[in-house]
Amino acid sequence: MKDKAVLEMKNIHKNFPGVRALQGVDFTLCEGEIHALMGENGAGKSTLIKVLTGVYGKDEGQIFIKGREDEILIKSPEEAQKAGISTVYQEITLCLNLTVAENMFIGRENNVYQNWEKMNTDTTKILKSLDIQAEATQELGSCSIAVQQMVAIARAVDMECKVLILDEPTSSLDEQEVEKLFKLMRDLRAKGVGIIFVTHFLDQVYEVCDKITVLRDGKLVGEYEINDLPRVKLVSKMLGKDLDEKTEESKKYRIYEKKSGAVPVIETEGLYSNGGIKPFDFNIYKGEVNGFTGLLGSGRSECVRAIFGADGILGGTMKKNGKTVKITKPIDAMKNGIGYLPEDRKVDGIIGDLSVRDNIIFALQVLRGFFKPFTKAEANKFADEYIKLLGIKTASANTPIKSLSGGNQQKCILARWLLTNPEYLILDEPTRGIDIGTKTEIQKLVLKLAGEGMSITFISSEIDEMLGTCSRLVVMRDRKVVGELSGEELSQSMIMSTIAGGEK
Amino acid sequence: MQTKKANKLTVSELFGKLLSQQIFIPIAALLLLAIFNLIADPSFYKITYGINSAGAPVLSGYLMTILDYGSELAILAVGMTLVTAASGGQDISVGATIAIAGSVILRVLCGTNSRPDTLQAPIIVAFLVACVVAMIFGAFNGVLVAYFKIQPMVATLILFTAGRSIAAWINNNELPIISDPVFSYFGGFIPGIPIPTPFFIAAAVVAVAALALKFTNLGLYTQAVGINESSSRLNGLNPAFIKFLSFVILGLCVAVAALIKVSRLSSINYSVIAKDIEMDAILAVALGGNALSGGKFNLTASIMGAYVIQFLTTTLYKFNVQSDALPAYKAVVVIFLVVISSSVVRDYLRNIGSKISKKGVA
Repeated sequence: MKDKAVLEMKNIHKNFPGVRALQGVDFTLCEGEIHALMGENGAGKSTLIKVLTGVYGKDEGQIFIKGREDEILIKSPEEAQKAGISTVYQEITLCLNLTVAENMFIGRENNVYQNWEKMNTDTTKILKSLDIQAEATQELGSCSIAVQQMVAIARAVDMECKVLILDEPTSSLDEQEVEKLFKLMRDLRAKGVGIIFVTHFLDQVYEVCDKITVLRDGKLVGEYEINDLPRVKLVSKMLGKDLDEKTEESKKYRIYEKKSGAVPVIETEGLYSNGGIKPFDFNIYKGEVNGFTGLLGSGRSECVRAIFGADGILGGTMKKNGKTVKITKPIDAMKNGIGYLPEDRKVDGIIGDLSVRDNIIFALQVLRGFFKPFTKAEANKFADEYIKLLGIKTASANTPIKSLSGGNQQKCILARWLLTNPEYLILDEPTRGIDIGTKTEIQKLVLKLAGEGMSITFISSEIDEMLGTCSRLVVMRDRKVVGELSGEELSQSMIMSTIAGGEK
Repeated sequence: MQTKKANKLTVSELFGKLLSQQIFIPIAALLLLAIFNLIADPSFYKITYGINSAGAPVLSGYLMTILDYGSELAILAVGMTLVTAASGGQDISVGATIAIAGSVILRVLCGTNSRPDTLQAPIIVAFLVACVVAMIFGAFNGVLVAYFKIQPMVATLILFTAGRSIAAWINNNELPIISDPVFSYFGGFIPGIPIPTPFFIAAAVVAVAALALKFTNLGLYTQAVGINESSSRLNGLNPAFIKFLSFVILGLCVAVAALIKVSRLSSINYSVIAKDIEMDAILAVALGGNALSGGKFNLTASIMGAYVIQFLTTTLYKFNVQSDALPAYKAVVVIFLVVISSSVVRDYLRNIGSKISKKGVA
């Protein structure tokens, strides 16, 4: 073990049925260091953290903690805490109806007897030492989210943790609150705590971190000193496109030629929602395929959700074919010929216990109205047509959709929207978590539909896919639209440097 | 040889299919009770044709009792199934709202006099007013659950607690008595028809529900909202409204059940009428194999569940179980029924079934 290391993970492997989530990942955390763990979806960040905190058992590899000679076995989150590894999650996991002090001490001692006075004075001391603006006897729910977050950290720190894991702690904080949190993190760093910081915000990484470890597809890409890794390089490492391989980059890009005097099918101006995005302008023409790109959490999905009325609209205007339309809920968008395949298939897409047939006809049925149900024969006809058209592999139209594979579920949701024959179709990560064959099929289908005059917005984490389908890309960073690329600008290096923003 | 093998396989397949069907649970329960009665005392199934005290020809016997007294429960099971499916929770205020709706019927029929010689309003008017009132109370529950996102059981606890007082207040705490014989038809017999009227009313409610499920998207929407609210919303539904609607429909069922209840007595006892019926209605839904956490539902199974409960109650009465002790006996039988119909036991049975058929082949 290195001198200053508090935590060393060596050659960690973890397999799930059908997925190799971690393949020989090494990770080292030193004393008094803030270490960013970066990676896109499915890179293995959360798996690594769950292995470290005992939520999952590892299949192979060793974990060492400072002060112990042998490798340690962590079988449960409780054991991880005992070993000095504490985690603060994005969602507050404390009890809002208890006081700050109670939250600090709950579950730590198994004494029947509790010295309340000592507990409160101890808490006050800790809060003071960490400069947290809260009273020991205050109900936690009455504190701001940032303070709640900090109490969670204080609790972890007071349990004499050597390793503090912060999993997306800043995503629900405003800028000032983030500043406070960073101050606390720097204080802890000065006290020698090793902090693992997981976040999607590049700016924040460069503001507080000392080192960056990048994971991709369950493998370690590398560990870097912050000063040795400019933003563009970081983005390229995360996305797995090395900028040095420029020679291999194809010069092909798609071009959309709009007719002169054409009016956009959909046009937004200063649209924003309670999903947390800054006002954005956007348009798409008939038969065009464009896309939103940016890192995970950059606000891609929030933009299309705003267009579809899935989040609460706070301001801005929207025009369809030049006419102002008011879309405040999904049914408004559907009536205006907009379809939306959501990012999270399980949570927002499928209706698990219903049959493939009911899932396919669902959106069209809702559009048709409450008093006009399809007959069984009509529904079967639609379902069979699209099962055949998209090659959905299912035992029958009666099978519950949840028993299908991910790719086939996705095809059903796609069928659902194609059945409504939309003018404008939004596909948010339609290819995520599905097999390569289906991915290509979906891309081909997108181009075919656009050729027939449908306007499509396509979102994918994989830049190759975006370049293969889109003729225009809206680039997002930290919930803002930061650029629009088309024509010759559509190259991987250009996209990545726009995502990363100005060199700092 | 080969055909024989194929037959065997289909038999075990059929067995497996039957076991995996939701409707299997109430059918099995019904069969068990029926067989028990057949062995214990076959006279349970005797139906006699006689003349009742009002001089009308009636069929009587334990089976008729089940058809008669299972009606209110079957009607409530319809609404409770929808509420369960859409909201993933249950309405525990139906007994209390039956008291309210019943009280409203009597109030409209009696006017200011609690012992009127003639009805002060047509029965149909009284019934319609009760429907409106019960639906308003249903809507009250629905608003709390759907728009204020309060847990159904907590939200309906309010009316569960307050309902019977409201019912008493509607009639100034008097106990009106209706002397008009026509009013007693709804909970008794229509002269000349030997089958109890509540059975026809329940059949009508079930028929209306079946038509509504066939000719509207009530079933699809309710199940979709119960299974995945977020997805339903993104497909253009208003999940809150669907939940709200299910409570209003239950309100309507409550009004119908109230009509039967007050008609049986031609009067009302605020603290006793439809007491604990909410628990039986929820049990009917559960015995029907419907998940109490919402989602997919089977209305037929729930209605059969209601009759299973009445079958059980009647069986217990026949064996002279004291009415005070009845709930305890009922609980024991219910535990038995629920356990044998649980998926654990069903899987076990299915395994045994496939083993037996394998042995047969060997």
